[in-house]
Amino acid sequence: MPIREDVLVVGGGIAGSTAALAASETGATVRLLSHKKSTLRQASGLVDVLGAVDGDGPIANPFEAIERLPDDHPYRVVGAESIHEGLRFFDDVAGDVYAGGHTDHNALVLTHGGTIKPTARYPDSVAPGLASAAADTLLVGFAGLTDFDAPVAADHLAATGVPFEVDGVTVRFPIEFRDDARTTRLAKALDADEDHARKRLAGAIADADTDLDYDRVGFPAMLGDDHAAAVRDELADRLGAAVFEIPTGPPSLLGMQLEDLLFDALDEAGVRISAGNPAVGYEAADGRLESVTVDRRGQNVPYHAAEVVLATGGLVGKGIDSDRESVTEPIFDCHVPHPSDRYAWSEDEAFGDHAFARFGVVPDDDLRPTDEAAEPHFENLRAAGGVLGGADVAREKSAAGVSLATGAYAGRRAGEEATR
Amino acid sequence: MSKRSRVLVIGGGSTGCGIARDLAMRGVDVTLVEKGNLTHGTTGRMHGLLHSGGRYAVSDQASAEECIQENRVLRRIASHCVEMTGGLFVQRPEDADEYFEQKLDGCRECGIPAEVLSAAEAREIEPYLAEDIERAIRVPDGAIDPFRLCVANAADAVEHGARVETHSEVTDVLVEDGEVVGVEVEHAAGSGKYVHGHPGETEKLYADYVVNATGAWAGQIGEMAGVEVAVRPSKGVMTIMNVRQVDTVINRCRPKGDADIVVPHETTCILGTTDEEVEDPEDYPEEGWEVDLMIDTLSELVPILDEARTIRSFWGVRPLYEPPEVGSEDPTDITRDFFLLDHDERDGLPGMASIVGGKLTTYRMMAEQISDHVCEKLGVDAECHTAEEPLPGSEDFSVLREWMDEFGLRSPIGKRSAQRLGSRTDEVLGEWDGPNPTVCECEAVTRAEINDAIDDAGSELNAVRLRTRASMGNCQGAFCCHRMANELSPEYDESVARKALDDLYQERWKGERHALWGEQLSQAMLKHLLHATTMNRDGDPAKTDEPVDFTAFDAGPDGEAAAGNGQRSEDAVADGGITDETNAGEGAADADS
Repeated sequence: MPIREDVLVVGGGIAGSTAALAASETGATVRLLSHKKSTLRQASGLVDVLGAVDGDGPIANPFEAIERLPDDHPYRVVGAESIHEGLRFFDDVAGDVYAGGHTDHNALVLTHGGTIKPTARYPDSVAPGLASAAADTLLVGFAGLTDFDAPVAADHLAATGVPFEVDGVTVRFPIEFRDDARTTRLAKALDADEDHARKRLAGAIADADTDLDYDRVGFPAMLGDDHAAAVRDELADRLGAAVFEIPTGPPSLLGMQLEDLLFDALDEAGVRISAGNPAVGYEAADGRLESVTVDRRGQNVPYHAAEVVLATGGLVGKGIDSDRESVTEPIFDCHVPHPSDRYAWSEDEAFGDHAFARFGVVPDDDLRPTDEAAEPHFENLRAAGGVLGGADVAREKSAAGVSLATGAYAGRRAGEEATR
Repeated sequence: MSKRSRVLVIGGGSTGCGIARDLAMRGVDVTLVEKGNLTHGTTGRMHGLLHSGGRYAVSDQASAEECIQENRVLRRIASHCVEMTGGLFVQRPEDADEYFEQKLDGCRECGIPAEVLSAAEAREIEPYLAEDIERAIRVPDGAIDPFRLCVANAADAVEHGARVETHSEVTDVLVEDGEVVGVEVEHAAGSGKYVHGHPGETEKLYADYVVNATGAWAGQIGEMAGVEVAVRPSKGVMTIMNVRQVDTVINRCRPKGDADIVVPHETTCILGTTDEEVEDPEDYPEEGWEVDLMIDTLSELVPILDEARTIRSFWGVRPLYEPPEVGSEDPTDITRDFFLLDHDERDGLPGMASIVGGKLTTYRMMAEQISDHVCEKLGVDAECHTAEEPLPGSEDFSVLREWMDEFGLRSPIGKRSAQRLGSRTDEVLGEWDGPNPTVCECEAVTRAEINDAIDDAGSELNAVRLRTRASMGNCQGAFCCHRMANELSPEYDESVARKALDDLYQERWKGERHALWGEQLSQAMLKHLLHATTMNRDGDPAKTDEPVDFTAFDAGPDGEAAAGNGQRSEDAVADGGITDETNAGEGAADADS
């Protein structure tokens, strides 16, 4: 029996998941294809919407700043409405695991690099630690973890002029692991409270060398996994201070937690998920896609659908590929504009306004990828998330927001068309 | 302020450090000055080939003989800097038989062990060689780490009483009564045990004899003394691959040409190179076509290079020299031999000599000759021992040990550390107190090794990188640049660590730009996201004067109250004031190390 759905979503990150949920909400049957683990385990788990425009930030209200973005930016294509729509999907998915939904304004969160950054939604474990909330803060790092150095981060925050006192201490984790144990191993020990790890950790902090009369204590995000709330509560209780987490780089527990939330929501919405095999091509007739070809261990299997959403990510997720001469979208061979001289793809300054950061397909006003003549490649193909060009999500701090807004739009439109 | 020593050496590359070591071992009071870090110039920008001499066996037999001689010396005195990979001169169908025979005869005439291999035998050693190769000559080429070599020479010089000054640029050569009597240097910002001056400060350093060992920069120093040293700087590109496609040095067996060598180096391979004369050794174009030329031409020898991932490219400048009367048009025709220019004899300016030309493989021999010359001038009667005495790190080193058990490191990490540190392994890893996590995963560099390098090099992370290879692997520092900066604490301030991080990040980016396509572009975007998005390092308000209006931002679902949620109990406050033994001890250990 051939595989056939109303809507087929290619890609399992934030954009793909949101598109699948939005399509599902229209009553369409939906299948989501995901190849590998999403790039969320490398992401902080924060949901940024817009934190800077052309290097100018931090922005307090992202919605007021959208008009300053270039015309070809995905936000300008789908509009503020779609950002709100995307955030609505996210808030439904995240429930009380995330905060920030009470306002359009960005919060400022601490990063593991000792900086602050603007974000729209943040895990509830991060919420007590906002830099935009004044409360004296003790940062705690671990002697064996190299990614976060609490005294350095504290000094960095002080240099930023945060409206509170901040100090940092380094303690030994109460249980000795191999020297290069990662945060995930520490989280597990706290989760299971191995050897009274929670109590001993609180004890080490109470004994730590600081003169600060702190209101809250921040840790790199490793305070448990399955029983994270219980870990935080117990530590807060023992320390007599609020306890919060600071988002980290890979492996990011908060990013993985977000991935779990999304997949639970997909299950609940009845989205069918096919994981583990790559989409490699397509069949089309009369300007419409008929199926997407999936390589199942060397065998080409067509997945039929009335509407398709491309949400395969950008350069990191391999939704956009390149070689020495050109930049391409590998599944549908959609047009990806790029300078012919590859040295024009990047700037001299490491944090410059790199063209490569904005590489991606060019959508029409209905998010359909267009060819060089600005005509849609296929009537029934829409794109969402990192595969779209025109946004430098790294400098803008807009990655999750672009995925949510365009995912919500593309999924809804695909569902509407398929069920019309 | 002024200081006096018997000999002053200008240039902290392999030659200068080699001279400082040689003279210091002979008991001569010597000071070395370098404008940047050690290896700042050409030494830090070479392909890492330990020549067998095979490359010069037809065109320049004098150089070839010196190479094989020094190749044997370095294997003995610098074993922890050398990997004896062996080398092949590979003939393709379009390459002349006659040249192949000349190469073989030349090697034999110069005393270079050479053995002819059939195509099948060569491909058995290196399976990725092209299927249509004709045959190959096997020679004892190897790989050498120029940074480690240079630092070991400097360390040994200091051990023998020399003074080494980095970040000290010579701004003038002092001539009094028609004789060179010293130099004036200007100090730049820097830290570590080789930095003694303060930024912006100038200092006159007097000496009985001055040695100009500045390679491609020798003409500039000569000018300050009023003598002409006609160095002909020639640039060459080197492209670094993400893995070792070959484990043997692969040379194309044909007369001089661009893009004819692949050198396996640590975890990577380095493709080289070009040979093009430039005006200024510090300002020349670095162009994409040069990178493409490496990949396209060397793919003829090793086809998988065409599709393989490169992680960056860099350029170096050879300090070529030939006596002005030779007048070669093409830089590839200029001899690779070295020349000692006695400015007294040559220009009537006593008190100074320049050493020009040559190559890293023969650095020690160059240093010996110039040290002999200096000793003769100064009337010092002492023998050279640099060919017999191993460098620090290469003494009595037995690799037959279980590093994992001994230092709590996983085997591959311990092994790589031990390879880099050689006989210093015990000192660096063994004496480290506290957890010793891996800071750079690509190159397997642990905290102990990073801190050892910081001790030596100070807060400049690029110098730490050169000593340890941290941030030089596939991810180009995406995962470890900030970790390296964290290791500067608590010895250095946060502002110093932040500046060092920015400098390292920018230095890495410079070379990455030459490899931005395919996998490496994907890697670069991930790095951009980790540092700009996750850490907001590009929008860091701490770097600007503009204050942030914190009140304009979301203060949490419960507003101000969220922050006040957990008022500290009286007990906890009381406890918090007590200094904990464990933590105090840890801090002290960090500061001592």
